[in-house]
Amino acid sequence: MTPEPLWRTREPAAGYDVVVVGSGGHGLATAYYLARDHGVRDVAVLERGWLAGGNMARNTQIIRSNYLWDASAGIYEHALKLWEELEGDLGRDVRFSQRGVLNLAHTTHDVRESVRRVNANRLNGIDAEWLTPDEVKKLVPIINTSPDLRYPVMGATYQPRAGIADHDQVAWGLAAAADRLGVHLIEDCEVTGFQRSGDAVTGVQTSRGPIAAGKVALCAAGHTSVLADTLGLRLPLQSHPLQALVTQLLEPVLDTVVMSNTVHVYVSQVDKGELVMGAGIDGYNGYGRRGSFSTIEHELAAAVALYPIFAHAHLLRTWGGIVDVSPDASPIIGLTPFDGLYINCGWGTGGYKATPGAGHVLADTIANDRPHPLAEPYALDRFTSGALIDEHGAAAVAH
Amino acid sequence: MSGRRAAPAAAEEAGATITFNGRKLPARPGEPLAATLLANGVRTVASGIYTDRPRGVFGLGAEEPCAYVRVDSPPGESMSQATRVEVHDGLRAGALRGYARLPEAEEAPRGDRKWAHCDVLVVGAGPAGIAAATAAARAGARVLLACDGPHPGGGLVGAPHPVDGPSAHEWLEPRIAALGDVPELRLLTRTTVTGLHDHGEAVALQRRPHAAPGGAAHRLWHIRARRVVLATGACERPIAFEGNDRPGVMLAGAAVGYVRRHGVLAGGRAVVFGCHDEALWAAVELHDAGIALTAVADARPAPGPAPVAALYERGVGVLTASGVTRTTAGTGGNLNGATIAPIDVHGNATGEGRSFPCDLLAVSGGHDPATALAAQIGGRRRWSPEHAAFLPAELPPGTRCAGAVTGARPPAAARDQGTEAGHAAAADALSAAAGPAGSGSSEAAGSAPPTAEGTNRTPPAALWTVTDTRTDESRVFVDLQRDATLADIREAVEAGMASIEHIKRHTTIGTGPDQGRTSGVLTTGIVAGLLGRSMDGVGGTGARPPWLPIPLTAVAGRDIGELLDPARRTPMHEWHVARGAVFEDVGQWKRPRYFPREGEDMRAAVLRECRAAREGAAVLDASTLGKIMVEGRDAGVFLDRIYTNNFSTLRPGRCRYGVMCTADGMVLDDGVGVRLSESRYLSTTTTGNADTVRAWMEEWSQTEWPDLCVHITDVTDNWATISVVGPRSRDVVARLAPGLDLSPEDFEFMTFRDTLVAGVPARILRVSFTGELTFEINVPAWYGSSLWEAALAAGRPYGITPYGTESMHLLRAEKGFIVVGHETDGSVTPVDVGLGWAVSKRKDFIGKRSLWRPDTAREDREQLVGLLPEDGDHVLAEGAQLVAAPPGTPPVPMQGHVTSSYLSAVLGRSFALGLLREGRHRHGERVYAVHLDRAVPVTVTDPVFYDKEGRRRDG
Ligand SMILES: Cc1cc2nc3c(=O)[nH]c(=O)nc-3n(C[C@H](O)[C@H](O)[C@H](O)COP(=O)(O)OP(=O)(O)OC[C@H]3O[C@@H](n4cnc5c(N)ncnc54)[C@H](O)[C@@H]3O)c2cc1C
Repeated sequence: MTPEPLWRTREPAAGYDVVVVGSGGHGLATAYYLARDHGVRDVAVLERGWLAGGNMARNTQIIRSNYLWDASAGIYEHALKLWEELEGDLGRDVRFSQRGVLNLAHTTHDVRESVRRVNANRLNGIDAEWLTPDEVKKLVPIINTSPDLRYPVMGATYQPRAGIADHDQVAWGLAAAADRLGVHLIEDCEVTGFQRSGDAVTGVQTSRGPIAAGKVALCAAGHTSVLADTLGLRLPLQSHPLQALVTQLLEPVLDTVVMSNTVHVYVSQVDKGELVMGAGIDGYNGYGRRGSFSTIEHELAAAVALYPIFAHAHLLRTWGGIVDVSPDASPIIGLTPFDGLYINCGWGTGGYKATPGAGHVLADTIANDRPHPLAEPYALDRFTSGALIDEHGAAAVAH
Repeated sequence: MSGRRAAPAAAEEAGATITFNGRKLPARPGEPLAATLLANGVRTVASGIYTDRPRGVFGLGAEEPCAYVRVDSPPGESMSQATRVEVHDGLRAGALRGYARLPEAEEAPRGDRKWAHCDVLVVGAGPAGIAAATAAARAGARVLLACDGPHPGGGLVGAPHPVDGPSAHEWLEPRIAALGDVPELRLLTRTTVTGLHDHGEAVALQRRPHAAPGGAAHRLWHIRARRVVLATGACERPIAFEGNDRPGVMLAGAAVGYVRRHGVLAGGRAVVFGCHDEALWAAVELHDAGIALTAVADARPAPGPAPVAALYERGVGVLTASGVTRTTAGTGGNLNGATIAPIDVHGNATGEGRSFPCDLLAVSGGHDPATALAAQIGGRRRWSPEHAAFLPAELPPGTRCAGAVTGARPPAAARDQGTEAGHAAAADALSAAAGPAGSGSSEAAGSAPPTAEGTNRTPPAALWTVTDTRTDESRVFVDLQRDATLADIREAVEAGMASIEHIKRHTTIGTGPDQGRTSGVLTTGIVAGLLGRSMDGVGGTGARPPWLPIPLTAVAGRDIGELLDPARRTPMHEWHVARGAVFEDVGQWKRPRYFPREGEDMRAAVLRECRAAREGAAVLDASTLGKIMVEGRDAGVFLDRIYTNNFSTLRPGRCRYGVMCTADGMVLDDGVGVRLSESRYLSTTTTGNADTVRAWMEEWSQTEWPDLCVHITDVTDNWATISVVGPRSRDVVARLAPGLDLSPEDFEFMTFRDTLVAGVPARILRVSFTGELTFEINVPAWYGSSLWEAALAAGRPYGITPYGTESMHLLRAEKGFIVVGHETDGSVTPVDVGLGWAVSKRKDFIGKRSLWRPDTAREDREQLVGLLPEDGDHVLAEGAQLVAAPPGTPPVPMQGHVTSSYLSAVLGRSFALGLLREGRHRHGERVYAVHLDRAVPVTVTDPVFYDKEGRRRDG
């Protein structure tokens, strides 16, 4: 029996109501919700490489909503609620697993900021707990809570509803659902520029010819600024390599997600058995999709310090993605100075968790040509107004 | 009869005994465990990771997909290929069945890190690598030769084929011996280059099985090379058919390798199946070594006449246009027979098959050049139908290839390419203009190698699978490591996947610890067939380092324990330890948080310390405060742009409090700036931010204002600093610096003096972070501890009391002074925390424009306030949120939060600082501080709780 294809290979049509540039999770989710919730089905998602092969294929899959500021809590919790429905919506097992996320505190400063975030989360209706080192040890028996640790574990924030989901399954599930609703998913089709009529964008130029569009949504992560540049629109984005790695398949040792910013490493063990780890960005800018090994060395030294048993594991694979970081490390979502052009970018190191939320909010923004209320704080003009949403100082690691 | 030794006596002589799965086995020290197992007839070594099917030794080296083991004897290994474990007496190992288990109790062996620079790095020590290294070194280059195994030689070790006359061995031996005589050539054995990175950096893992106990079991090398020669050889590729995973199925070249290198016969009766001449030559060698050949099959209708003749001479016929369709197994699932049928060029059976008994099925589909290292940094390969292989097409800048990695199979060709590559690499590296490898533009991969063996050789065929109508595709294993089959690939393709990257993810092919060395090209071939595309059209998945798994302990090296982030300690640290100080980590520093006396908890100790500071004398080790020298003609102008307030107007000899902002107008750091002379300033920073501030200054000076003449030096570690604090501090300092006039008129607040203190040259600043009369004494770090002791001695009559960061924070909070990181978090402007007076309206500075953006200039932002809990015994939690009314159901609008909170001795009650929306205009209001499930009422106040008039700072 030949199974239904997940998505069909399409030739680009001459034009669409909406063209979404970039088939990462955000682009796919945008197309899916446009078709499902807004009846906009004449939609194409254009991808220059293979479907969802950008950061969507490279991230460490952490999903949580325990951000400090109201605007962040709003959009990430919106996303988490959609995650909770997603498998049912897509009719596909995406291995969404609410195994909980811990953010460790290692200094008195960490403790203060963590407690602050827990309190903010609770007042925003987001599940959040503050754990003592003993409680951390109970949840994560392999962790080193010795006071002799260079930066001892002084506690942790804990979001039980947080977790992980298999990014490939999510991408394929969204693609399949969008395809079923009539969305065209077109791989190997690079957008190189725009068609304009005055201050309105009326289509895109691609490696496979021009495509007309009623509306264009940029979901191209770090390349969004490259594309916007062709319109003379400068976006405040810096693109950095961000690396991740896996070990060999191991018998279960860790059934939750543990993140640490001060001893910089975060780790989960996926169902397949590998430990998946990540840390901070490589400091320089670039589109090279590879980072320095010294970053990996720091990360694994931290991992071995926090989880001595990991010393015996093996590093199997490392890779890099390109993350698009805005000045306040929060995303940019919404309208642009060009009619018919919408952007969704700047998600940096932490946009995977927002996948359904970002798509949902952007679809609504496109369909109604005004920012969705949850997107309002994320408008591009916040960099001129100063209404920044800076999660840096609040020690909420952004992954 | 299955595997055995060609000369059994030799092993007994060596006398090593190992234990595998609890069974004792005789072994030859130094041979790979795989050889020991084969020699002892151990056929099943491991099992499939998902299927539980028995698996044996399949390969010879890093390509091994099946025989994964764990090593239990020290130093231990949670996972290794049996082909790469070197045997020694007493080795204990066992099969890895499915997932690896991390041993809980055992200490992992330690690793070290090494750095090396060279002109030419040669990766791989086969004939091409040896020739390249020798040639490069003779040309005057400093050369590193990384050899994966314990001995150089590569695939040539024990090879009978001639290299221009003498046998390969005769060619090799003197050259290996000579490696030691070439000056500037360094051979690293057991060293695998696992990654190539940009700018000529290579990472290599060196195994040290003979390290002394406690010594480093691994070394992780960081090598910077001007030029890289990849002589990485090729990996043999299998052909897939039903039951191709049974113990006894092995790569033909591996079976030959065990004979040549280790004198081990992998079986008694063999079937050999291939699609190129080397497989036939392998049959010849296996026969000559004493293995009976029950059948030899070649997929090509017309295999090379020379090996066919050689086999004919030995009484063995070759079944042409034939292939193995399936295998059969006997007890324990071990191979006992293979069915051979006539096939077409796609591997489809065209007739009935015949069974041949065998305990070894040596199979070879060709050789895949090991191009992964080049691919890691952007190298590309192209399919060569003539070689039936992907050959390097585009190489990263500064990189060359030589030997089998280019598709050159005969050793003589490999050697000649090596010599040429070595010469060229040396010439490039030694030319004056050479940058590091990995920079500049990429290079074409040289001309295709001479079709070498060329003219009179019969070309290989490309063959991926052999199937007939009855084939169960879920038993045709493509990736033996991941148990992924032809059926899995078909399923992915039928699901609409056309990209090799999707197929990889759908099937997990190539994601194992062997990086899919035996499955990658096979998969491309199968997919190309299914989709009707070209090999280049399908391509391969991206190469992801490391080339070989690296134990985490080796990556972490010695950066563990204390050295994870070396702790910084002040010169007085030992004193603090001896007095039982409780420390906290601030940045990289260890700082005393408080000094408890017998029976005191933190609260009691802090109350006592604060009382001393307010009533008598107290002393703080302030050495950790960042100190940055800013010198040069334009130092004043520079600091004017860095700080929100003016420093060019500060007179020499005076100090000024300063704030600096990020470009978005948020507080970055604060501290006191001192003008030492016309062109020399000393900026102090917070403990945790010294490095950030120095880097910040450097960035602006180097990238934005290169025209300014300034020099920036972090001198934090050069000075030890103590703050002598309290109404009696003048008396204490008078005893320390008897010559100095300390009267407030002569030694004014915010000035400094250079003088002798306790006989040591010192600088005293009159600044105050507590509101009390304070003398901040700086001496060269060398004298820190004696200064500290002297101050304690001089202060004894006044009850001088050492205090820590907790009291320091409390004392400043009573005065409403902010601490960066408490009251600020990157979203707070100087105006928000009441430092508007320090923000110049006239001059320009970093962040100025941002401060006047509409949102930043809003009047109703969160602002610094004091908070008095209505219950004066209740100390608020730092991080509690401020709300207008006791919270109901979420979402509850938040108005700010508690930034610092303490119990105060002088106030006789608890108090706190916080940020509150429009707080400056809400003094006297009641709000609620919410921590977890509790909300407590607090009154909003002015943030200055103590000595509002500032009368105490002059004593
Ligand atoms: C190593 C790593 C770890 C991460 N870990 C996490 C984590 O644990 N949790 C989390 O929440 N987030 C994480 N992230 C961040 C997260 O992956 C991203 O924020 C998120 O995937 C962004 O989604 P996207 O769809 O916008 O981007 P992408 O998936 O990058 O999609 C953009 C797509 O646009 C395509 N494109 C670009 N230019 C063009 C063009 N001109 N024409 C056509 N197509 C184009 C690209 O090929 C790409 O497919 C991580 C990121 C990395 C790199």
